[in-house]
Amino acid sequence: MMVRHKIVLHFPHEQVGKPVVSKLVRDFDIDFNILKASITPREEGILVLEVTGEQKNYLKGLEYLESCGIKIQPLSQDIKRDEAKCTHCGACIAVCPTEALTIDRATMEVSFDDDECAACELCIKVCPPRAMEVHY
Amino acid sequence: MAKTIAEINEKIKKGEAVVVTAEEIIDLVDQKGLEEAAREVDVITTGTFGPMCSSGAFINLGHPQPRIKISRAWLNDVPVFSGIAAVDIYIGATEMAEYDPLNEVYPGGFNYGGGHVIEDLVAGKKVYLRADSYGTDCYPGRQWETEISLDSVKEAWLYNPRNAYQNYNVAVNLSDRVLYTYMGVLRPQLGNANYCSAGQLSPLFNDPLFKTIGMGTRIFLGGGIGYVVGHGTQHNTGTARTQTGAPIRPSGTLDLSGELRGMSPRWLTGYSMVGYGASLAVGIGIPIPALNEEVVKAAAVRDEDLIAPIVDYSLDYPQGTGKVLGEVDYAQLKSGRIEIDGKEVMTAALSSYSRAREIAGVLKDWIRSGDFTLTQPVDLLPCEARCDSEEVS
Repeated sequence: MMVRHKIVLHFPHEQVGKPVVSKLVRDFDIDFNILKASITPREEGILVLEVTGEQKNYLKGLEYLESCGIKIQPLSQDIKRDEAKCTHCGACIAVCPTEALTIDRATMEVSFDDDECAACELCIKVCPPRAMEVHY
Repeated sequence: MAKTIAEINEKIKKGEAVVVTAEEIIDLVDQKGLEEAAREVDVITTGTFGPMCSSGAFINLGHPQPRIKISRAWLNDVPVFSGIAAVDIYIGATEMAEYDPLNEVYPGGFNYGGGHVIEDLVAGKKVYLRADSYGTDCYPGRQWETEISLDSVKEAWLYNPRNAYQNYNVAVNLSDRVLYTYMGVLRPQLGNANYCSAGQLSPLFNDPLFKTIGMGTRIFLGGGIGYVVGHGTQHNTGTARTQTGAPIRPSGTLDLSGELRGMSPRWLTGYSMVGYGASLAVGIGIPIPALNEEVVKAAAVRDEDLIAPIVDYSLDYPQGTGKVLGEVDYAQLKSGRIEIDGKEVMTAALSSYSRAREIAGVLKDWIRSGDFTLTQPVDLLPCEARCDSEEVS
């Protein structure tokens, strides 16, 4: 069975220089799409991936990553909307690249579908009432 | 059959007034015809909720002991204007907290400004006041630091010199870099088109020639009660208009005021416009008395008949060239996609249509319950335009 997941990898300092992800392709036949990558000032790496592959390969791949000391989180936990703060203006719609943020044209309310969210964080600062929050 | 405001108020007090929103009147005129709709309906409610930078609040702090004539003051580190009487201040929506790095780290976040102070006050939060003075014989106090709230101050009035713009630009970016504007983030090369009006629900689009909304009109303001003080700054009515009188460029504006107590953070919300500054989103609802067919016809205007200009914010707006790239109607804008020079461009709003709809509904409920009666304007607002179709473009 093919699976597709969006995951956040937290690399410890000593793993940042190693080609860990390319091994996923070579040894586990997992396709990946990098949604976001950054290295913090403490030289820890954060990599947001969309991975696609056979379920059993995916699980083996995760085991391999964990054996390298990489912490794995599902992505959906990372961007949240504070429903009380959102004024449903729609300013975020202009910048959201994955259409995770959309407007229902009948109610004219903004909805946030975290399955579609790539955690690019463009909406965070664009939201005038600061209703979008990032949690790593 | 014409009605007077006094007759409508009699019906409101008896709980018999027929009140519809500016959306509902469209269908009603469609179904029953203008004549019948105008006979049946007494009041049409409008609404808008969007960032309105020309907003702020006058506050009288009450005197400490000894008394003080404030020279400079800050609320939560946001500087306020104190060049008026001793403990009167004005907090402006766009004033930034003194420690804010502004655009030094571009684009700045502008997380906390005057609009946020006003939101905190109406949310019932305590706000930190810091004030100093040079001291006088009658006002010896030199320093004053204390927490204030809407309960502790003597008076607090929202006072907004320019709100409820009658129509606004659709902002686009023809350049190759991202722009951070008061119209939101504009992606390069027509990446998006941002607009800011409630269109068919917007107060001044429903009374385009200021036949009913005038000085002294009682309104929904920030969730409480407010009044139209007069025309706002930059009020410009000499713009080209459609057949129903709706301006096709930014046009009239309103100067509004109301007691801050009774308003709520849901309808007065501090905004942070990335790379630009802080602002205050203001909720406004204005009732339109259905005096006659002419008034009802204007209020039955629909999004597809309201036209906005498309303006380039990389060059034409900042340089003030006056150039307009094209025109688009609000139905197209609200569909999420418009076409500019053959290119499909996604649209985004800064004005919340769902909140505008909610305001029109709340005001409708207030009027139906008999709590909110209409006022006869003390004077009408200046209007250069006339509604004869020969004159309109």
